[in-house]
Amino acid sequence: MAIREEGTAITAKGPVSRLGARNWAGILVVLVLAALPLFLTNFTVFQLTMMLIYVIAILGLNLLTGINGQFSLGHGAFYAIGAYTAAILMEDAGLAYGWTLPAAGIICFVSGFLFGLPALRLEGIYLALATFGLAVAMPQFLKLSVIEPWTGGVQGIVIMKPDAPFGLPLSQDQWLYYFTLVVGLLLYWFAVNLVSSRSGRALMAIRDNPLAARAMGINSALYKSLAFGVSAAFTGIAGALGAIVVQFVAPDSFTFFLSVALFVGLVVGGVGWLPGALVGGAFVVFVPNIAEHFNKALAGAVYGVILILLIYLMPTGAGGLVRKVADFIGRRFRSRPDR
Amino acid sequence: MEILIQQIVSGVATGAIYACMALAIVMIYQAIHHLNFAQGEMAMFSTFVAWQLLAWGVPYWLAFVLTVTLSFAGGLIVERLVFKPIENAPVLSHVVIFIALFAIFNSLAGFIWNFEIKPFPSPFGSGALFGGLMSPHQAGMIAVTLVVLALLYIFFRFTRIGLAMRAAAANPESARLVGIRVGWMTALGWGMASAIGAVAGMMIAPVVFLEPNMMVSILLYGFAGAVLGGLTSPVGAVIGGLAVGIIENLAGTYIPVVGPELKLPVALFVIIAVLVVRPSGLLGRKTVQRV
Repeated sequence: MAIREEGTAITAKGPVSRLGARNWAGILVVLVLAALPLFLTNFTVFQLTMMLIYVIAILGLNLLTGINGQFSLGHGAFYAIGAYTAAILMEDAGLAYGWTLPAAGIICFVSGFLFGLPALRLEGIYLALATFGLAVAMPQFLKLSVIEPWTGGVQGIVIMKPDAPFGLPLSQDQWLYYFTLVVGLLLYWFAVNLVSSRSGRALMAIRDNPLAARAMGINSALYKSLAFGVSAAFTGIAGALGAIVVQFVAPDSFTFFLSVALFVGLVVGGVGWLPGALVGGAFVVFVPNIAEHFNKALAGAVYGVILILLIYLMPTGAGGLVRKVADFIGRRFRSRPDR
Repeated sequence: MEILIQQIVSGVATGAIYACMALAIVMIYQAIHHLNFAQGEMAMFSTFVAWQLLAWGVPYWLAFVLTVTLSFAGGLIVERLVFKPIENAPVLSHVVIFIALFAIFNSLAGFIWNFEIKPFPSPFGSGALFGGLMSPHQAGMIAVTLVVLALLYIFFRFTRIGLAMRAAAANPESARLVGIRVGWMTALGWGMASAIGAVAGMMIAPVVFLEPNMMVSILLYGFAGAVLGGLTSPVGAVIGGLAVGIIENLAGTYIPVVGPELKLPVALFVIIAVLVVRPSGLLGRKTVQRV
């Protein structure tokens, strides 16, 4: 089962004018995201923060699945590792919340890289099962009595919510929103640069044709493990942010449903299209709420129907839809002078 | 030694559940080359249908046949209705549809029949067999699994339509060129997988009791069994399922830290370890790539 979808969107550099339009769209999105919390209630701001956190996690998953073609149903496990790293460092070591992010990133990078090594032997469905096993095992592992002094066992750990620094006139929720937004933008910038770098091209070459990539001298094993590591690091940083924002970690917050939600977000946003993570994050946070609002008893069924309709509407995710619309508009504009 | 034998036998008994499920999983894999995450929920839904029929006073074996028939039709309809329109969509989108179906069936079953745990009758009676090592139901379940396996073998090996289905799965384009209706073969595969799932559900329900979430962990074990045995081999699926049951039981008894909570992770760990050594499962065919 090769995962070869729409990586071209990132590699194929359109005409200069299109690139300009794309940049403007990006700037507009960032401005809207920056302005939003000024007009919303604290709870909505909290939800938007969660959305951004899932965006970061899905971005990480996209680097693995969309760019490198490896399938993972277990990224919730790395999210959990990141969250616990942040919580333990803040509670036991008294570290400031900002410093827990790089720590979570490094720890998840190492665990992702190490998990990626045996996963090298597995492909497609077998890799899916292995990662899924990781996701299923994680909550049970966190409940182990051996590590209970640090993890707090079933009860989990409660963390303090940080205040806005330098006396900024922001509520705690607003401050965390902006903090998450800045972290997210930095990581997005990193991801885009990674994809368009030499390493990024190597990752895509492995996705598109593993044999040819190896024949061209790409160290496939190293790059695949690195992709796992980087992807896990993104998701781990998201997990750390999640722990800080929710102020609480417990084993049962990180069941395999979290991994499934991240995966659904990835596909809805568009596999291989990095900005799609934004759509995916919004889906993960808001659609279950909408479904519940619609009918509480049938929430799962409504969620499923919405999901099926979305896939009908855009079989390749939001990325595919955007590309179709952009092509359509592009053709319209370009064909006019010819006439 | 006695404990060991007892654990192995009871492992075989739980393994039979997983073998049933693994068989259904391998069936759908043969037809569409995906793992269906909604398979367990579809089986659960079928079992609820059977329960409803029994509650209306239909005799057991009639209800059994009716449920299997209805499930076959249901699987066929799901394929035609949900998957036909997006047959060209990427694989990952299909997986997302499986997840959507999972949510729909789970929530519908809870909505129609509520979340109370219901007992489900066994056709094999109660009592003890083999000196109390195994209940008649467990023995019956193993027998049913073996019968289903034999029927599948005959179907795929000796019937025209079984051959056509294998052809459609192995090489859709060539199959279409020789006049096989590949789309309908896929639909048929869905129907059969759904019917086998219904059988599995009705065999499993007397053991774990009937409720909308009964299949979630069983499906996981079923996947594990199917992958362990090799996704291309029905016999492998049954052996894999039994092996998972035995591994799970032995790990729970003999490894000190492993309580009931950690049985599943341990079983999965063993399977991943096997896969690292034999990536296509114990009995699976190796895929050879032409360069």
